Amino acid sequence: MTVPPVFCTAAPPRRSRWRAWRSASLRFSLAYGTMFALSSILFMSFMWWGTIGFLERQVETAINADARGLAERWVMGGLPTLALTIEDRLEQNLDDDAIYLVIDPQGNYLTGNVSAWPGRVEHTDRWYNLPDTRAGLRGMAQLHAYNLPGTAQTHTEGQLDSGYRLLVGRDVRARGILRHLLTDSLLWAWVMVTLLAISGAVLVHRIFRRMVKTVARTTSAIAHGDLSRRMPLVGNGDEMDQVAEAINEMLDRIVRLMDGVRQVSNAIAHDLRTPIARARTQLEDAALHASTPDELRGAIERAVGDLDNVTAVFEALLRIAQIEAGARRSAFMTFDLVPVLRDVADLYEAVAEERGIALALDLPARLFFYGDRSLVQQAVANMLDNAIKFSPPGGKVYLRAHLRESAPGRLAGPTGEGMLDLSVSDEGIGMSEADMARATERFFRAEKARNTPGSGLGLSMVRAIVQLHGGQMHLSSHAPGLTVSLALPVAASALAEAEAEMSSSAHISGMTQTSPLPHQHDTNSSVE
Amino acid sequence: MHILVVEDDPTVRSFVAKGLKEAGHLVEMTDNGKDGLFMAVSEKFDLIILDRMLPGGIDGVRLLETIRAQNNTTPVLLLSALADVDDRVQGLKAGGDDYVTKPFAFSELLARVEALGRRGRTESAPQTKLEVADLEIDLLSRTVRRAGQKIDLQPREFRLLEYLARHAGQVVTRTMLLEGVWDYHFDPQTNVIDVHVSRLRQKVDKPFGAPLIHTIRNAGYMLRAE
Repeated sequence: MTVPPVFCTAAPPRRSRWRAWRSASLRFSLAYGTMFALSSILFMSFMWWGTIGFLERQVETAINADARGLAERWVMGGLPTLALTIEDRLEQNLDDDAIYLVIDPQGNYLTGNVSAWPGRVEHTDRWYNLPDTRAGLRGMAQLHAYNLPGTAQTHTEGQLDSGYRLLVGRDVRARGILRHLLTDSLLWAWVMVTLLAISGAVLVHRIFRRMVKTVARTTSAIAHGDLSRRMPLVGNGDEMDQVAEAINEMLDRIVRLMDGVRQVSNAIAHDLRTPIARARTQLEDAALHASTPDELRGAIERAVGDLDNVTAVFEALLRIAQIEAGARRSAFMTFDLVPVLRDVADLYEAVAEERGIALALDLPARLFFYGDRSLVQQAVANMLDNAIKFSPPGGKVYLRAHLRESAPGRLAGPTGEGMLDLSVSDEGIGMSEADMARATERFFRAEKARNTPGSGLGLSMVRAIVQLHGGQMHLSSHAPGLTVSLALPVAASALAEAEAEMSSSAHISGMTQTSPLPHQHDTNSSVE
Repeated sequence: MHILVVEDDPTVRSFVAKGLKEAGHLVEMTDNGKDGLFMAVSEKFDLIILDRMLPGGIDGVRLLETIRAQNNTTPVLLLSALADVDDRVQGLKAGGDDYVTKPFAFSELLARVEALGRRGRTESAPQTKLEVADLEIDLLSRTVRRAGQKIDLQPREFRLLEYLARHAGQVVTRTMLLEGVWDYHFDPQTNVIDVHVSRLRQKVDKPFGAPLIHTIRNAGYMLRAE
């Protein structure tokens, strides 16, 4: 496309034409249309050549057969037999398209339905197409000339060529008509196909544009702040729907992250303002009313404590936000989870014992896991912390972990990935259904838990960590008490390591059992 | 100890300097990286407290890398508002010996400063035995005796006591114990450390009358002979 340079800079129609050319859908549909038209031309040309060629060959075969038969007659009975045969054939020729002529060596008419030998027919080794006029109708004749061989009657010297000549032909007017008809119909067919191709192209262009437009419209609405917009789903699960679903999923995640940010700012506005206000009040009160240095110091220390609390909450919030944004995948590695869990249990066991709570572990011998060790530590620590906090004296807290098994001896889960079940149960006050649903919200604290210390961030942190590892957290009633269970996917590499470990340990110790069934491996039911 | 404080915030700088002077240290201060680097290479310090984000074209990590490149092994404590795990790793990789995040409790900073200062002096000879008053810790056989009497400790209790003994005479904060004994880098909500220390006390102090493990108010613990 050539554009005069004058219009190049500021001519809106030209520009829009440029834009139209740059449209992928237009290019795509044009390419589609052109391909379709070209391939149909090719296809129809083959059909045309095939049909017309077949007809031509059929005429040629018929003429040759005719000539061979007549030559045999000539050899058998000379001119009279030949003339008789030709007359016979002309009589039987219903289509009235046969042409015969026999002339003597001097060029005189002997027999046939043509009065004179056409001057242009000189050779006997090629086909002639000549116009002819018979019975007042102009037509087209396909002709072939033959030299009749010598016979006893015409020549006695055994000469091969008698000098008599035979002209056999067919009127091919019908074929011409057929060819016209075929050409016409094929041309029309091509026009139709091209029209269909064009409309197909337009349709494809439309669909393409509509698809892009819905994406563009939704995303620009999102970009302009309307986060509730989603791609429409047709519901048949085609590629369009898959794209729409992927985009919707992405938008949901963005909204979740945005909500997280909003929650954090709300939390900062509300839950952090309270301890700050308390610290401020204490300091101001001390400044106005404290009469002894000890009073002053005490007030300041309490205020510092409040501020430390603010810092801790703030850090926890930042950490949750950071984990939820998925920024910490760099520290992922494969490690044995069991010592990590024992470590955390060991840390909390002392606290539990002091409160008269028993801590029971149900762990396999080894449990390979791919993830961030210190985050998993923190998640389990938070869970144990909660469980111990809400357990009555004399209660029991369970920490369980095992690989979910799908088939005997195989550790793969239903999706081909191993799943790790990790749960902490307590026998404490439990939670109502409504509270369970809200438990992972930041700063959410169940009514019954109001008077225990804590910030209400523990389970939010656990959930963020679990989600970073691609797992799920589930709360359920433990009658009495609460079970927090985590389902964590174990990466294939960790599974492979676990299986290698299993087989090698089976070799070494001669174990017959090849899979660490969680309840049979109850090697250490409680840390003492 | 002769301590250099490189910190651009005047409030934090004077607070840290005042506290360190009260604790009996000799303190020099500067508020930018350029002067900090000049002082660090021209004078011999026992310890440098270094802010990460500094004006003057040279930030804390650059300063640290530069002096480490000159084979200067002065212990460096990084003091920063950047509290991310990645930031900590970056700071420690650049040659930092310890990392304290702002806001911080002065007691925590002081405890870490003294721990670092002590480490610099006693690093030469590998120890096999730690002794505090009548308490003996044999690091090879992992046995503990007090006044000649054997004390049975759990492995974790042994490590806790060992950590306290290595920092005998110094304040050891709860965070330091979490990091040093449990290798945990987060704050457990419950004060689990106190419980572990009190259990250790039951075994180490209670039968012997005179306490060795002392609680330092608002700071942490200290192992010392009374």
